[in-house]
Amino acid sequence: MFFFIRKEFLHILRDRRTLMILFGMPVAQVLLFGFVLNNEIKDAPIAVFDPAGDETSVALTNKLAASGYFHIETRLRDAGAIEPEFRKGHIKMALVFPPDFGRALAHEGRATVQLIGDAGDPNTASALINYAQAIIADYQMAYNQRTGAPVGLTAGTRMQYNPEQKAVFNFVPGVMTMILMLIAAMMTSITLAREKELGTMEVLLVSPLRPIQILLGKTIPYLFLSMINAVVVVLLGIFVFGMPMRGSVALLTAECFLYMFVSLALGIFISTRAKDQMTAMFFSALGLLMPTMLLSGFIFPRESMPWVLQKIGMAIPATWFNPIIKGIMIKGVGLEVLATQTIVLGGMAVFLLALSLKNFKDRLQ
Amino acid sequence: MSPIIARDLTKTFGAFKAVDRLNLEVRQGEIFGFLGANGAGKTTALRMLTGLLTPSAGAAEVAGIDVFRHPNRVKQRIGYMSQKFSLYEDLTVRENIRLYGGIYGLKPAVIRSKTERILQELELTDHQHTLARALPLGWKQKLAFSTAMLHDPAIVFLDEPTSGVDPLTRRQFWELIYAAAARGVTLMVTTHYMEEAEYCMRVSIMAEGRIVALDTPGRLKARFNAQTMDETFRKIAEWGLRSGDMGD
Repeated sequence: MFFFIRKEFLHILRDRRTLMILFGMPVAQVLLFGFVLNNEIKDAPIAVFDPAGDETSVALTNKLAASGYFHIETRLRDAGAIEPEFRKGHIKMALVFPPDFGRALAHEGRATVQLIGDAGDPNTASALINYAQAIIADYQMAYNQRTGAPVGLTAGTRMQYNPEQKAVFNFVPGVMTMILMLIAAMMTSITLAREKELGTMEVLLVSPLRPIQILLGKTIPYLFLSMINAVVVVLLGIFVFGMPMRGSVALLTAECFLYMFVSLALGIFISTRAKDQMTAMFFSALGLLMPTMLLSGFIFPRESMPWVLQKIGMAIPATWFNPIIKGIMIKGVGLEVLATQTIVLGGMAVFLLALSLKNFKDRLQ
Repeated sequence: MSPIIARDLTKTFGAFKAVDRLNLEVRQGEIFGFLGANGAGKTTALRMLTGLLTPSAGAAEVAGIDVFRHPNRVKQRIGYMSQKFSLYEDLTVRENIRLYGGIYGLKPAVIRSKTERILQELELTDHQHTLARALPLGWKQKLAFSTAMLHDPAIVFLDEPTSGVDPLTRRQFWELIYAAAARGVTLMVTTHYMEEAEYCMRVSIMAEGRIVALDTPGRLKARFNAQTMDETFRKIAEWGLRSGDMGD
């Protein structure tokens, strides 16, 4: 019995892959989670609309800016400029002062500032509003102590794009992004590996089919199937979870198509490197699921992650698709805002396909 | 001009020489047996001749085309049947034939008429909608051969086509090969079953990347004073490379 146990030990110690999982993964996960699970927000870009610009409003604004949570991105000239800033995604919150703020506070003892959060990023918006409210309350206390006459300074809050503050805005887009990618990548990741396992790969290679034809031929059926998947997921999001659909359907379809293609190309790429189907599935599930969930910004805000993790997050397709799907469905924006993300996804698609092709050809030797 | 020519064909993987200056010329309509133990370099040599692997040195011409420079042109002219039979298990007999017809660019009408002919010849008409995985091994083998021949190639490569098959089925398979040769097709067969060597017109024996013997089975047996090719092979192995000559 003892010798049997010893044999098992030897098996484990000599299998590098198992060792990596046993020791490497926990360490990696603790580090990753530790850095990512950081809900604190720093230097969030905000806009300030302060028509009067008097001493009090300026003091309050500076206090907010000095807190470290906020970074004054723009000072707006008129109220109409607020919404476009949100649309373009430049700001996460807007601070709006009434024209007679200082005077109202001094003479009538009451004033209200308005805090508008970007519901496209609800977790962050709520947190920012809470920080702001706390700072405003603090300012009120200090003001009272100075002047001796108690004043009421309230902060009215509003969520742009999601006035009812429906919880689904938080996670439904992110979940959609993740599921779409996972299914597409996992499906294609096993396809090439399967040919290798079955031995039919050689016959395909001897045939007049060119490598690019084989790769594309394997992607296209999955593209159609994945689009069906995408339609179902979007419809579920809208009709079961109450997601709005304020943007162009055509654009959403096109962007989904592009995103699907990137995910499929990713799967094919994994397939060219995996020896068999098991390895392929393992890598696509592990190598894609974890990073996408943690680093794409769908649960944990990317702005509060260490620089390294933010950069790694940029290599994940989901990171670029999340703003697209949120932008189209929640904010109703179009390509003029989403051009960068679209181009990046397009580039990823081409890059992954080219890399897969190269890998495929190299493997033949 | 010979359908298959290899001149000093070499393939090295790092420090390992899998194929070492192979020289070979297969004649038209010949059934050529490419023999050797596992690891002798047969599969590597075959891969180079079919355009799957780039040679490290030397040259090869198949159907008059330089395999190194125009591997894709070669692929249209040759047929290939692999060890694992080249059939998709979850496609039916008919679907497999149609797939290969399509890949080789045959017109739909042509594919249909050829399908009927194959089904008739192999007596598979009743099973045309059976999944390939449900066919008995012998039938799978014959079907795989027919699909390899679907586009009427002048040269066919068979890589261990009869692995795992009983002797009777193997004999029936070889009848198909003979029929093809009688029609003028050149066939190159690799095998490690020495009895199959007897069926070939000429054979070569590879060891450690080199050809150590190349001749008709009859003359090889005479030279090594053996009754069967099996015995011949063993005697060659005993003598080592010293006994080999590359001549014809």
